[in-house]
Amino acid sequence: MSVDIDTVKRVARLARIAVSEEEASRMTGELNGILGFVEQLSEVNIEGVEPMTSVMPMAMRERRDVVADGGIADDIVANAPVSDRNFFLVPKVVE
Amino acid sequence: MTLVDVRTPDPKRLIPGATGDWEVIIGMEVHAQVLSSSKLFSGASTEFGKAPNANVSLVDAAMPGMLPVINEECVKQAVRTGLGLKAEINHRSIFDRKNYFYPDLPQGYQISQFKDPIVGEGKIVISLGPDRQGHFEDIEIGIERLHLEQDAGKSMHDQHPTMSYVDLNRSGVALMEIVSKPDMRSSDEAKAYMTKLRSIVRYLGTCDGNMDEGSMRADVNVSVRRPGEPFGTRCEIKNVNSIRFIGQAIEYEARRQIGILEDGGVIDQETRLFDPGKGETRSMRSKEDAHDYRYFPDPDLLPLEFDNEFVGRLLADLPELPDDKKTRFVKDLGLSVYDASVLVSEKAIADYYEVVAAGRDGKIAANWVINDLLGALNKDGKAIEETPVSPAQLGGIIDLIKDGTISGKIAKDLFEIVWNEGGDPAAIVEARGMKQVTDTGAIEKAVDEIIAANPEQVEKVKAKPALAGWFVGQVMKATGGKANPQAVQTLVKTKLGIDE
Amino acid sequence: MTDLTRLTIAEAREKLAAREITAVELTDAYLAAIDSANASLNAYVAPTPEKAREMAKASDARIAAGKAGALEGIPLGIKDLFATEGVHTQACSHILDGFEPRYESTVTQNLWNDGAVMLGKLNMDEFAMGSSNETSYYGPVRNPWRAAGSDADLVAGGSSGGSAAAVAAFLCAGATATDTGGSIRQPAAYTGTVGIKPTYGRCSRWGIVAYASSLDQAGPIARDVRDAAILLKSMASVDEKDTTSVDLPVPDYEAAIGQSIRGMKIGIPKEYRLDGMPEEIEALWRQGIAWLKEAGAEIVDISLPHTTYALPTYYIISPAEASSNLARYDGVRYGLRVDGDDIVDMYEKTRAAGFGMEVKRRILIGTYVLSAGYYDAYYVRAQKVRTLIKRDFDLAFAAGVDAILTPATPSSAFAIADEALAADPVKMYLNDIFTVTVNMAGLPGISVPAGLDGKGLPLGLQLIGRPFGEETLFRTAHVIEQAAGRFSPAKWW
Ligand SMILES: [Mg+2]
Ligand SMILES: [Zn+2]
Repeated sequence: MSVDIDTVKRVARLARIAVSEEEASRMTGELNGILGFVEQLSEVNIEGVEPMTSVMPMAMRERRDVVADGGIADDIVANAPVSDRNFFLVPKVVE
Repeated sequence: MTLVDVRTPDPKRLIPGATGDWEVIIGMEVHAQVLSSSKLFSGASTEFGKAPNANVSLVDAAMPGMLPVINEECVKQAVRTGLGLKAEINHRSIFDRKNYFYPDLPQGYQISQFKDPIVGEGKIVISLGPDRQGHFEDIEIGIERLHLEQDAGKSMHDQHPTMSYVDLNRSGVALMEIVSKPDMRSSDEAKAYMTKLRSIVRYLGTCDGNMDEGSMRADVNVSVRRPGEPFGTRCEIKNVNSIRFIGQAIEYEARRQIGILEDGGVIDQETRLFDPGKGETRSMRSKEDAHDYRYFPDPDLLPLEFDNEFVGRLLADLPELPDDKKTRFVKDLGLSVYDASVLVSEKAIADYYEVVAAGRDGKIAANWVINDLLGALNKDGKAIEETPVSPAQLGGIIDLIKDGTISGKIAKDLFEIVWNEGGDPAAIVEARGMKQVTDTGAIEKAVDEIIAANPEQVEKVKAKPALAGWFVGQVMKATGGKANPQAVQTLVKTKLGIDE
Repeated sequence: MTDLTRLTIAEAREKLAAREITAVELTDAYLAAIDSANASLNAYVAPTPEKAREMAKASDARIAAGKAGALEGIPLGIKDLFATEGVHTQACSHILDGFEPRYESTVTQNLWNDGAVMLGKLNMDEFAMGSSNETSYYGPVRNPWRAAGSDADLVAGGSSGGSAAAVAAFLCAGATATDTGGSIRQPAAYTGTVGIKPTYGRCSRWGIVAYASSLDQAGPIARDVRDAAILLKSMASVDEKDTTSVDLPVPDYEAAIGQSIRGMKIGIPKEYRLDGMPEEIEALWRQGIAWLKEAGAEIVDISLPHTTYALPTYYIISPAEASSNLARYDGVRYGLRVDGDDIVDMYEKTRAAGFGMEVKRRILIGTYVLSAGYYDAYYVRAQKVRTLIKRDFDLAFAAGVDAILTPATPSSAFAIADEALAADPVKMYLNDIFTVTVNMAGLPGISVPAGLDGKGLPLGLQLIGRPFGEETLFRTAHVIEQAAGRFSPAKWW
């Protein structure tokens, strides 16, 4: 499979990364290089093989239902580029 | 999911259009907030209405390097709910990431379950009715699945001219998404489904069901078709947050779609919002790029696995559910299906009733709860949780009738006093002299006086014994209603020489 | 007095305990070395001299009070990927501009709990994506090694290039690093240092900026095998905050060093014999086999048939996970924000300005392979191949193999800004060809210096162990180290 420049732009849009025309065209070539490289996986016989979900066989540990966190609003917004009264501020969202 | 039609078109549910009848097809995705102290993947509190970002951990704010750790109680709550929906419990389920950008979604993905949910197919029986003949119609609505996922944060758009304010307190709170099959065929059925689902989770204690706080909200899928035809294109009405609105939204949406189709148009598959003020649905601001959520298993979480024993323990501890309770009320307490249905409709009502009925006559208790208590609550627009008359107080009133201390009529007055002023019914009866007079001497005196004062009435009664009731009424009036009506009746008949 | 920075951790530990030196003296020696070297090597992106002296002082007090921890007073460098409270933590990316977390990663906390001293944050490839440290927002690290008779700058490898260079150039006693496809072992091989990637789940990932969650593991880079064992013992722990961390006690790895490997079965996988592999690498491998045989190990030929698919599998799985892991860098809660007309515009401008080219490339690849219509063909297929890669190892171990010996890299360190590599991302990716299978299978792998090539540059051998077989790796690597000797660059900086 290979990608064209419109696909690259669509994927960049999905990933929320602005790309210029020139970047998109360069990346089309690079992405096709990588996709060409991974293409060799199509020759592997994967019939009846389960996809890996966890590399080490173990059971997921669970947490007790106790409130042991939170109450640190100042820490939460400490690194925010824009905040007000412990809210994060973003350009207005219209639904 | 493959859509299977399990219903046969029922003429009484069809919607007449200009060019013939239409059938509306409804499926629902309900988001129910799991009752738990802490969030699905973090130890922050789930408490409602706290200061901005107060209930937020580093995990909930998606700080770099943070990892989710699952809350065992949320898992149990999902399994309990699955059991309550008589659903298949999956002993191995997978958490996936649903990727999209939104300011109230700090990770850039929602942890949800996509291919392998914790709960599979189940069902809910809804009961429509009673009709004019007093009959109920039970309809089985299929459940497609139930999965666990994270709630998002909240944005406020009215704080600033150009900025939205983001609060992550809800971010990471556990939700159960309960997906129905497209088995509903009217807005009444949809409302009944939501009511029943809410009732079930409240019985189970897995969700508080408070729709006005957003604890339960529905995405309603609506399409229309000619009876017998395949399913039409559906629209999804997002986040409807009251049962009444669900009904209104469906009614409006069905009409809208019928209108378009009858004008020769086609329905666009789209997401819509219900505007309660206008009673209309409207298209959500179009998202120019189609959603591509890029689901994949969350590599930070191992598969969720448990054994039969775990499920068995939860099943053993499951409370009695509304359908079972209804059957028991009818079979063991002799209630009518109607009364039993009313009493189990809400867990709080059933709980109230069961306290009142304990050690008392179930039917009498049911009459008082349904006619008097629920009637009064309804009149005042109060919920059962706000009742001024406790089950113990109502039970006390019933006991006073039973032991002959007051008459049924006085009991109604007593109920009103307790409703308005509170207090112990027995003490009120004592203090206000409401006890019924059982002293035959006093009653006899009153009867004699009435007979003496009304000779012409005495003549009429002799000719027409059915008029004796007039004397009974007069005596009751003269005694302020406190005379034992049975005793009055007997004495009046004896004195007037009327044979039984 | 001898240069204190030349002491290994084990040696310094002894001298500190004997009160021959103080932690402050040792720390000052390193701070001075960093001061004079960093402009040339660019190993540190944020030295923390004040914090270091403060911590060293506290260490001296604890030593005086007889309360010394296992790493008391040992000055360490920390890869910029680890969250360090109140200290520069940017994964060497512009998008985390100014980020100073209010929390400490579990691994670094473990080190501080044992008394270690932080010298500063080390350079790395942006978000650990790279094999040459050239993708760092802060510019490439220069390898302290140069080819004989040349003054051309070489890469220190990546992504833990800063860690490897700092250890090799005596700018820290040891360093933390992380390895997703070879990011500990490859730079260790390029700098003549020892690097171990432990079994997936051995070190907590909590507080480490995520690249590819199912592959990322922390581990140490050190001057010798013993130091690596000492560091891993402190770094590793069971962590209730990381569900993928394993619930097994941490052994005393140092105790394994010096134990005989007689009778041990060492597997030699035939698939690692690549077409066109430099003869020097072949020779090094043969030499390693001879050393282990001499030490009494039994050498067996094994087959790991899916080896050749590990790298393409990696270049599907790691970008896929990364595309999702890096979605949180959106200009809302921390780091860089570039204003835009609306929210989407803000996201797109912020991420365009904040991420470097290689990171963007991987995010786009990852987004593509997960997108509708391609998920099964790429991602699901890759996860199935991953199952097969792991199965290859399972079979080898089930047949009685205790460890597997391979070259660590297909070559020695290459030049910074190598044109052929810059022009073709795939060529650059091939650097990880020997290391990446280990991450795919979650196994432990150690890179140990084994000799110099014709240009006088260090080369490493890799040992791969069973799950949680780190002790076997230290034991065996020590045998190679004893035979090969240790390697230090000539100082030019
Ligand atoms: Mg939905
Ligand atoms: Zn949902």
